[in-house]
Amino acid sequence: MSETWDWLRVSPLLGIFLTLLGYRLGQEVERLARGHALAQPVVVAVAFIGGSLALLGVEYDDYLSGAGVIAFFLGPATVALAVPLHRQAHHLRHLLLPMLVALPVGAAVSIVTAVHTVRWLGGGDVLERTMAPKAATTPVSIAVSDAIGGLPSLTAVFAIVIGIVGAVAAPAVLNLLRVRDRRARGLAIGAVSHGVGTSRALRDHPTEGAFAGLAMGLTALLTSLLVAVVLPHL
Amino acid sequence: MINGLLWLLACQLVGEVVVRTFDWPVPGAVVGMAVLFALLQLRRPPEGANVLRMSDALLRHLQLLFIPAGVGVVTLLAVIRDDALPIIGAMLVSWLAGLVVVGWLVTLLVPRRAR
Repeated sequence: MSETWDWLRVSPLLGIFLTLLGYRLGQEVERLARGHALAQPVVVAVAFIGGSLALLGVEYDDYLSGAGVIAFFLGPATVALAVPLHRQAHHLRHLLLPMLVALPVGAAVSIVTAVHTVRWLGGGDVLERTMAPKAATTPVSIAVSDAIGGLPSLTAVFAIVIGIVGAVAAPAVLNLLRVRDRRARGLAIGAVSHGVGTSRALRDHPTEGAFAGLAMGLTALLTSLLVAVVLPHL
Repeated sequence: MINGLLWLLACQLVGEVVVRTFDWPVPGAVVGMAVLFALLQLRRPPEGANVLRMSDALLRHLQLLFIPAGVGVVTLLAVIRDDALPIIGAMLVSWLAGLVVVGWLVTLLVPRRAR
């Protein structure tokens, strides 16, 4: 029995199985919560898998021997983000100037304020690098964090949480700010809360959702470029 | 399916090779995304093309793909506890600043006729 267990603990099978099981559980919870923004499948899955690993005494590195196979597909999935961007690109023509100004400025503001607030409140250099790309969609923020010497796992969590915050709070905050134009609202939500925020925007209004998706895709590109340019000067 | 995945992997491959060759501090997959975007804009494949179907399938389960990275946070719980203040502070300040800047700038710059 213990020999079997020793085999299973380091086998890729366990990591892949737990990851898919956790994801399915998360999907079911999301369905039961009728798609509420707090019930993101990834949150349920991470809690479930984290708990299971602790309970079974499996190290994270052993889990990764299987889960890494799934994580590999983040690369092609990031490339695939070009497809929704391609489908929304015709909106670019109508609002070219506002987007060309607002999105780069927004991405730069997100990075600079993230780094400076971490520093001001006493976080270290690694935390600054971990926080800097968090406005980009999660797969891109993970890749950027890895490229600039942050902690990719922690960046992933920041990105997921910021997405949830956006989905829950952004519409109310935009009302307070008197931003009523559907396109402006969508762009703002997509620029700070990427995919999770976009799905909320899409539920509120199709135009808002389309522009949120566009802002998400462009912010991912802009964040990758700007982090590399801006970070050495902060 | 296989053809679609080949397109995605080929774009990523180009991106990864380019960033390493020219020593760009940008993720290779993001360059691959720009490459695919340019190809799609130029060639305009019909809906139902392999690369579009494969992309939609991957993106539908995007959350599945970052679970492994997310689980890594169990090894970083001490960092979160020790740096709770800068983490929460920076998330809120940076999120709000970005939202205000983009929301107001777009509102300001949208031509009045188009409103």
